[in-house]
Amino acid sequence: MGYTRQWFKSGTPWIWLNGGAVAFSMIMVAGLIGLIAVRGFGHFWPSDVALINLTNASGERSTLIGQLVRSQTVPAAVARDSGETVPDDIELVTRHLIKLGNRDQTGRDFAWYLELGMEPWQYPRDIMVVERREWGNFYGQPLALLREGTVVATPDAANFMTELQAAVTRSIELHEEIRRLERGAVGRINARLERLRLDGRRLELDEPPADVKAAELGRIAAARATLDDEYAVLRQELDVIYASTRRDTLQMRMADGNEVNISLAAIMRITEPNAMSVFGKSAQYVERLWEFLTDDPREANTEGGIFPAIFGTVTMVMVMSIIVTPFGILAAIYLREYAKQGTMTRIIRISVYNLAGVPSIVYGVFGLGFFVYYLGGSLDQLFYEAALPTPTFGTPGLFWASLTLALLTLPIVIVSTEEGLARIPSTIRQGSLALGATKSETLWKVVVPLATPAMMTGLILAIARAAGEVAPLMLVGVVKLAPALPIDATFPFLHLDRKIMHLGFHIYDVGFQSPNVEAARPLVYATALILVILIMVLNLAAISIRNHLRERYRSAGE
Amino acid sequence: MTGEQTTNVTGDLATNQPEAPTRRERPVVSAASARKIGERDTMSLSDEVAKIQVNHLDLFYGADQALKDINLMIPEKRVTAFIGPSGCGKSTLLRCFNRMNDLVDICRIKGEIVMDGKNIYDRDVDVADLRRSVGMVFQKPNPFPKTIYENVAYGLRLQGVTSRRVLDEAVEKSLRAAALWDEVKDRLQDNAFGMSGGQQQRLVIARAIAIEPEVILLDEPASALDPISTLKIEELINELKQDYTIIIVTHNMQQAARVSDYTAFMYMGNLVEYGDTDSMFTNPKKKQTEDYITGRYG
Ligand SMILES: Nc1ncnc2c1ncn2[C@@H]1O[C@H](COP(=O)(O)OP(=O)(O)OP(=O)(O)O)[C@@H](O)[C@H]1O
Ligand SMILES: [Mg+2]
Repeated sequence: MGYTRQWFKSGTPWIWLNGGAVAFSMIMVAGLIGLIAVRGFGHFWPSDVALINLTNASGERSTLIGQLVRSQTVPAAVARDSGETVPDDIELVTRHLIKLGNRDQTGRDFAWYLELGMEPWQYPRDIMVVERREWGNFYGQPLALLREGTVVATPDAANFMTELQAAVTRSIELHEEIRRLERGAVGRINARLERLRLDGRRLELDEPPADVKAAELGRIAAARATLDDEYAVLRQELDVIYASTRRDTLQMRMADGNEVNISLAAIMRITEPNAMSVFGKSAQYVERLWEFLTDDPREANTEGGIFPAIFGTVTMVMVMSIIVTPFGILAAIYLREYAKQGTMTRIIRISVYNLAGVPSIVYGVFGLGFFVYYLGGSLDQLFYEAALPTPTFGTPGLFWASLTLALLTLPIVIVSTEEGLARIPSTIRQGSLALGATKSETLWKVVVPLATPAMMTGLILAIARAAGEVAPLMLVGVVKLAPALPIDATFPFLHLDRKIMHLGFHIYDVGFQSPNVEAARPLVYATALILVILIMVLNLAAISIRNHLRERYRSAGE
Repeated sequence: MTGEQTTNVTGDLATNQPEAPTRRERPVVSAASARKIGERDTMSLSDEVAKIQVNHLDLFYGADQALKDINLMIPEKRVTAFIGPSGCGKSTLLRCFNRMNDLVDICRIKGEIVMDGKNIYDRDVDVADLRRSVGMVFQKPNPFPKTIYENVAYGLRLQGVTSRRVLDEAVEKSLRAAALWDEVKDRLQDNAFGMSGGQQQRLVIARAIAIEPEVILLDEPASALDPISTLKIEELINELKQDYTIIIVTHNMQQAARVSDYTAFMYMGNLVEYGDTDSMFTNPKKKQTEDYITGRYG
């Protein structure tokens, strides 16, 4: 009794409680990061491909080829409920989720199989994983490499693998060439054609004198004709390349014995994971991870990379920072330094603080209603009349998304800047005033530089908040698949009117809107991890800038 | 500096008592404190040229009166010390000379402070200009978060000086004058926060004299410093009085006795006694002054 009281009085329970709270938080955070890291990044490991012979309950034998995704042990009743036949004397059954691939041939690429009736799994070294641009992976055993219909190599030939990889490399190079032409030259021609179309529209709207109009129309027609010619030449060039990509074909046998011809035109990579060393697999892993970070998504976002989403997120956050920083800092300086402190400033301050608590979707609605439809619509009327009825700014896009986020994060920047200004010791201000500086000279030469670390803190918090925001963005400019990046080589380089992809929305889209849940699952985790890492990188960059500033202004605030 | 405006005032001008704040006709020279001119071993206010003349100054913080009918003359190129117990209004009076009290919203002032013939509280006075000619050094060193060089150059840059050569010269001259040059000449581009407290205090003195003011106000400039730094500051004050009119607030009697030529003793917003430092410390006229100087209260 006395001892317990003593113990309570000593404060030890508080130490344990506080320590416990810290430990609990750390475990939660580490667990979260750990989970998404394992789930997401395991996906890129080229795991072995199994060949499984099994006999089902009615005695039919079949063969599968595929990669194990995960296994679980469930009560037999659960398996029976899902339509499996399980003998009565068994209580627990193990089942495996196998990625079978070959979606174009069989219609589904993931399936659960009971372990009952499976013969031991084999890992034949000649099983190939063919990664295709469409229809996902293909698993099977190679039979022959065909060139324009005739066999050039068979697996028993020593040079089969080198021949095959050479053919794959060639096809990928051709594909790149096609993409380069389509994105570059064809894109440029299209942009110029569009500009000509707009010129024509404007001519109709402006009603210039007849002779001017005729001359203009003539010019447009001539320009269009040259462009059409250029396009025809390009088209021919492209047709030749396209034909050339169809030269090689790989003949494969699937698990069920059917033979399939796969054109190398649509192939990204061919591997034999069962024959690969750990070292080879690691190299492969890094390569795939790199592709994930740098490629465009394919197959309704369930395959390929997330580069446009990373790029979109970063661009949006940058544009947002450029908007919110000056506004927030100027507003805070006015509130703290110039405005007469009183009821009015108190009301403004309370409103600003409360803005930070408004649910973000409300900002989205506001952004859509005010920025997009009202402001954007007016801008289109004023400056982009020729393009109507296709809206330019009167539709969700990068600028409106950034502006909405800027509004959302404005209170954060204002509050931290104000706090920073309030912390500047008055002796420093007086020191400047006593030297004959005016109030504004003191403010801009001494006070504001001293408050920059606090401003950076505000920006850091704003960036962290903005990069993770999804709900409002769905309304004001983020889409599941953007046709082009917001920054490119065509004037004006930064396209504020374009729609963008965003990591947060990408997670939502892949996770909940995808037709292929099993294929999407690891991508959800991987994308989530990339988002977390991205926010961390943005934060660390900002924090290091802030610490650098702090170092410069060390001890002044203390 | 206009001769006609210069008034010779004696110590007993400052004798308005707390209990008798009525204003009297003041004789230009009082017989009691008159001294023979030319007697240089003892100093006398009556021999001095006035730099600043304070007339009937009242100061209120809201409803509280912090200064009550202050009248005194600050002699040119001399060191004048303000002493008195805490809260008696020394800093408040000091801040009146460069109008730093303007920053306090609730502060109101009556009376006048005439510097070189011009009331500094007149409407047409540019406060920034005034502060350029009346520099101030605060109790706690308050360098700017800039390099040592930029700290000293700050005031000149404000005045639009951009020439590197002019700035270099001014910085060196001021740092030498503040007895700091030898210590910092190799690290002018370092941040001023990296200096010791005593160095920082001399830096802000250098900063103040870089713009060549006429008057320097020092509010307990050594109270946060160790004895050696204090000594340096005191030597510095002795040097500076060749060129500047200096007013210093201090709690340290020895310091007042060492550095100042004239001393004003204040008590509860009143100027109790004002005269040359030697007579004040050896032979105070007022009981209150004597009690304070001998440490009986305060
Ligand atoms: N900004 C202010 N607002 C209101 N009252 C003030 C302000 N500054 C000073 N006072 C009051 O005016 C009186 C004189 O203050 P002052 O700072 O001049 O005293 P001091 O003699 O310098 O004292 P110390 O030796 O402690 O520095 C005090 O009663 C103080 O409370
Ligand atoms: Mg004081």
